[in-house]
Amino acid sequence: MTAQHLAIAALALALVVLPHFVPPYFMHLLIQILLWGFVYTSWSIMGRFGFVSLGHGAFMGVGAYVPALLWNYAGLTPWIGIPIGIGFAVLLALIVGYPCFRLKVVGHYFALVTLALSQVVMLSIVAARDVTGGSLGFTPKAVGHSWFALQFPEKVYFYGISLVLWFGGLAVWYWIDRGIGREALDAISEDEEAAASIGINVIREKLRVTLISAALTALGGAIYGQYMMYLNPETVSGIAVSLQIVFAAIVGGAYAALGPTVGALLTISLNEGLRVAFGTNFIGAANTIYGILLVLFIIFMPRGIVGTIQNAIKGRRPGKVAFYSAIRGAPSPPTDSRPIGS
Amino acid sequence: MDIYLLEAIINGILLGGVLALLALGLNLIFGVIDVVWIAYADLVMCGMYLIYYLNAELGWPLLLACAVAIAWVAALGVLVHVLIIAPILGSAPINQLLATGGLLFFLQSFATLLFGTDFRNIGVRLPIIELGGIYISSARLLAFAVAGAGATALYFFLRRTFVGTAIRAIAQDRDIVGLMGVDQRQIYLVTSAIGGALAGLASCLLTLQYDVHPFIGNTFGPLLFMICVLGGLGDMIGGFVAAFVMSQIIAIGAYYFSTELAYVFAFTFFIVLMFVRPRGVFAR
Repeated sequence: MTAQHLAIAALALALVVLPHFVPPYFMHLLIQILLWGFVYTSWSIMGRFGFVSLGHGAFMGVGAYVPALLWNYAGLTPWIGIPIGIGFAVLLALIVGYPCFRLKVVGHYFALVTLALSQVVMLSIVAARDVTGGSLGFTPKAVGHSWFALQFPEKVYFYGISLVLWFGGLAVWYWIDRGIGREALDAISEDEEAAASIGINVIREKLRVTLISAALTALGGAIYGQYMMYLNPETVSGIAVSLQIVFAAIVGGAYAALGPTVGALLTISLNEGLRVAFGTNFIGAANTIYGILLVLFIIFMPRGIVGTIQNAIKGRRPGKVAFYSAIRGAPSPPTDSRPIGS
Repeated sequence: MDIYLLEAIINGILLGGVLALLALGLNLIFGVIDVVWIAYADLVMCGMYLIYYLNAELGWPLLLACAVAIAWVAALGVLVHVLIIAPILGSAPINQLLATGGLLFFLQSFATLLFGTDFRNIGVRLPIIELGGIYISSARLLAFAVAGAGATALYFFLRRTFVGTAIRAIAQDRDIVGLMGVDQRQIYLVTSAIGGALAGLASCLLTLQYDVHPFIGNTFGPLLFMICVLGGLGDMIGGFVAAFVMSQIIAIGAYYFSTELAYVFAFTFFIVLMFVRPRGVFAR
């Protein structure tokens, strides 16, 4: 039993005990942090290898809307609806991902193709306004406390669900980090051609993390929809959400397991803190500061908060490492994403 | 032929003019500095707000406000380069794309902070021209003409001046140009200023057609990137042609279906074409 295990056990205990003490408002913030932390972690599963997708808004939108539509129009329980939604998201990732990887659409081009994908999904939701409510949003039929409908007015249930989800996301992150594919993915992110030349199946490895990442993002979108009980194309899909996902993960640290969660913690507390401090007189103040922070982070701390702290603890200078090394054989980031002390 | 369809096609061509102008600016920057400014459309928004403020709130004449706006957005372009791009010029290109994405957040939120989310306009509406049963907005006609003039001026600048030649040379081979006695940093600044000025010119033309609000960049920004990629990033002629192709898809799609679906078609068309020609339709 190392100090690290003790710390994790203490954190887990704290998170389980927490709901008995905090008021509902903070409960709401905690759920948001855990859910978004899960979504950001899902993005980083592929993002950490330099596959920068600006299309995760699409997967989240599909994951959120499909179960809600099936519930309202067909009375289908989200227990079946959510897997169907995830299925659609994975299919979408496959349709776009496979040709992209096959034809070596990388870097800028990959970012922009996936950006188009997130716009396609958002605008399709808006265009199908007779079914989805368009820009006005969509409200799932409420039935009160129900396991069948996966609706719980009591926040503690969704706290539990998002906690499990968040832990699950981290587990997948570690599973890929420790898995045999990890070395292959690192090699691909450094130089695709070279990786292919030593017998790595580049397309299969890239597709694998992409599909996992898309599936988890869709799941996050679905639970987010079930919790909020309101969906809006602007808040669960489209370019704005895609960028929100990418940036929060980068600020927290896209290479570290807990980085994206720290990103969620920071962005949500910043937003809420400024909202409480300034009231509604200064709409946009939070994001103005956030935008400046983002630029500064990408210039001075491309490894994010957690990555920089890890480097500092290891006594390494947190220098200007190229955030993504996939393009042009830029120097690769040191592979220090393993937790401290292991 | 259906007269309304003809009207849609003509409006599509006119819309393409402004998009082509913006695509020129974005492609110029990409070709020379090798950076995608994700916040390019939001620089246009900054110009539109300045025109609104000078003209509607301070009562300046519109033409003067437009001239100031062009200079202002050109200055913004230089600032973007000096403050954001130059420090990370050596790191991976995707970092630079993401850094200007941070700028996008900043500009949209700062505009919200200053002006709120209301739609604002300068209250100038140019007349609609009727031509054999076809209705054409003269604001769009003007925008098309000015965009064409701007593109022509840029063409002659790039062809006939020393700085223009240096810009084209850098786009072809950035390492050799230094040996020929061209200061790369200076050329980057000039290019950023021209890119900004083109965005400023576009903001003058769009002010006459649309209300300005903090998120107006999101309405045509994504489309603009698709146009540039479709034409081949950095390929100015390709981007120019692609602007008209995309605006036709949108105009005709909107005529038969709805605006949103037209955009869905345009983006899907883009994704599919990327699989057919991954380096742009006009890539050599």
